[in-house]
Amino acid sequence: MPIANHHSAVPVTVDADKCIADKGCTVCIDVCPLDVLWIDESTGKAHMKYDECWYCMPCEADCPTDAVTVNIPYLLR
Amino acid sequence: MNFDDVAIIDTDVLVIGGGTAGPMAAVTVKERHPDLDVTLLEKANVKRSGAISMGMDGLNNAIVPGHATPEQYVREITIANDGIVHQPALMAYAQRSYPMIEKLDSWGVHFQKDETGDYDMKKVHHLGTYVLPMPEGHNVKKILYRRLRRHRIKVENRYQATRLLKDTKGNISGMIGINTRTAEPIIIRAKAVVMATGAAGRIGLPHSGYLFGTYENPANSGDGHAMAYHAGADLANLECYQVNPLLKDYNGPACAYVTGPLGGFTSNAFGERFIECDYWSGQMMLEFFKELESGKGPVFLKLDHLAEETIQEIETILHTNERPSRGRFHDGRHVDYRKRMVEMHISEIGFCSGHSASGVWVDETGATTVPGLYAAGDMASVPHNYMLGAFVYGQICGESAADFAQQRGQFELDKNLIEEELVRLRAPLQRADGIPPEQMEYKVRRLVNDYLQPPKVTRRMEIGLERILSVRDDLPLLKAGDAHELMRAMEVHSIVDCAEMAARASLYRTESRWGLYHYRVDFPETDEQQWFCHSRLYKDESGGMASGTRPIAPYIVSLGEEKDAYNQLRVKKAANA
Repeated sequence: MPIANHHSAVPVTVDADKCIADKGCTVCIDVCPLDVLWIDESTGKAHMKYDECWYCMPCEADCPTDAVTVNIPYLLR
Repeated sequence: MNFDDVAIIDTDVLVIGGGTAGPMAAVTVKERHPDLDVTLLEKANVKRSGAISMGMDGLNNAIVPGHATPEQYVREITIANDGIVHQPALMAYAQRSYPMIEKLDSWGVHFQKDETGDYDMKKVHHLGTYVLPMPEGHNVKKILYRRLRRHRIKVENRYQATRLLKDTKGNISGMIGINTRTAEPIIIRAKAVVMATGAAGRIGLPHSGYLFGTYENPANSGDGHAMAYHAGADLANLECYQVNPLLKDYNGPACAYVTGPLGGFTSNAFGERFIECDYWSGQMMLEFFKELESGKGPVFLKLDHLAEETIQEIETILHTNERPSRGRFHDGRHVDYRKRMVEMHISEIGFCSGHSASGVWVDETGATTVPGLYAAGDMASVPHNYMLGAFVYGQICGESAADFAQQRGQFELDKNLIEEELVRLRAPLQRADGIPPEQMEYKVRRLVNDYLQPPKVTRRMEIGLERILSVRDDLPLLKAGDAHELMRAMEVHSIVDCAEMAARASLYRTESRWGLYHYRVDFPETDEQQWFCHSRLYKDESGGMASGTRPIAPYIVSLGEEKDAYNQLRVKKAANA
């Protein structure tokens, strides 16, 4: 059975100017209980790779540079 | 890949799940027998995993001398759970509740105290006083993490356990699983195993339609329930679902019981109080459900009559602990507690002993029915256990597992089990195409909502079971594109197992009990003659899912004249009418 891509707007945003993942920081990636934050290979910054969010907020609360914002997923807004 | 290609890690006690009960179990093993080697395995990262990743706003079941006795507590929970409890297990919790509060206090967990320095207890339950607020409860996980470091407990983050291992005599002897980032298999051989994998919180579909917008932390997908079942352990009273009153569309508790002591309450559309007690029970949920479906519905959290400083206090508690994105949710809809009531609704179903009573059967030592396997927290069968119960049973299981590990001799792993599991773990990555985990998960959870949600109807549940079994037939078609999707695919296996368990357990008990949790429209009465017993669910010798009963152990605390108190929760006449 062939598989299609489907897009979704993700709730967690990372301010690339503030994010220091390219300097070795992995705090938000480590604390996510669903492991949905990953390093974007092209920019070296953190981003939300999978739309599987509990909007629980450790990523935002623990970010040392206040780069992460957790928004309520669109379906709940 | 086969058995000989996978490195085996050895440990004395393996703890699966690093949320609340798990870290306590691991620390307890070290406190009891410092020479034992302990490994704590976690699907996420112990720093922020489990139900209390952002902390907790209070203890729901604190038995503090001068405010309540263990006997009063055991009586109230027995009544709240319609008599179906293992009282020795409740009593073991009740007696250790206060020493555990003092231990946590000494570790730096802050509980609210009054001006004399005593714990500031609040009455929320129907009969007794058991609620202790923790306005600074956001740091619980940090405190646990410090303890893990202090005892030098080996932590393995980002590993998903998928099956328990046995030795050639049938004793539990470790686990097999995968690294969720690399998909590499891992085998840990252990002399005793404590499971603390949390609720099965991803069985039903939230009303928002967002798969991960569940009440429970969605990492708690029922892996532990499935693993225990496949290892031959009994599960108990699974038909006693968890169904919680939540904010509409938001998965945090509305917390009428947090706001209750401050004057807030659960109301109908006319601003009228309709239940006497906001403590979560099946009976309370049934009244909630009736009001929701009636002409006076829907149901609301009413705070708009309170003073400004009270509302600010409520906002501080509810918007900084446990589910801190709640304030953001309200902001998005321009909801202000001062101006209007907040719409509530009921949650999807789940298995969670923290709030109801279903789970892997354990006795008062935390032992399951399989030698060497212990279970604690939301996945084990001790009812209404909440966070403090997870800590206490984590401690009990840590002690039991440490003792078991110390006296266990040499053993040999059952290799057949491992070979079989390696095949199952590899399959989704090897397929060229197939069904993505998300799609199969959505389907089975939608079926759970359509067919298994109470009010339960026999014929509807039979159709649901048939449809769930047809999804089970599709499991070999699961296709994973990467290690992350493999984790989700293995979770779908657990979710299908739990969905089938929910259907079979609900069909087995031909009566109504626990209010809404097991409200069977075609068997509306509670039948004490036939059904005053635990229900069992287990894997029989042919590998099928079987049901049975387990007698209730003789009560050690009698119920007295309050035995029907939880059947009289509805306000006779609206209090402000």
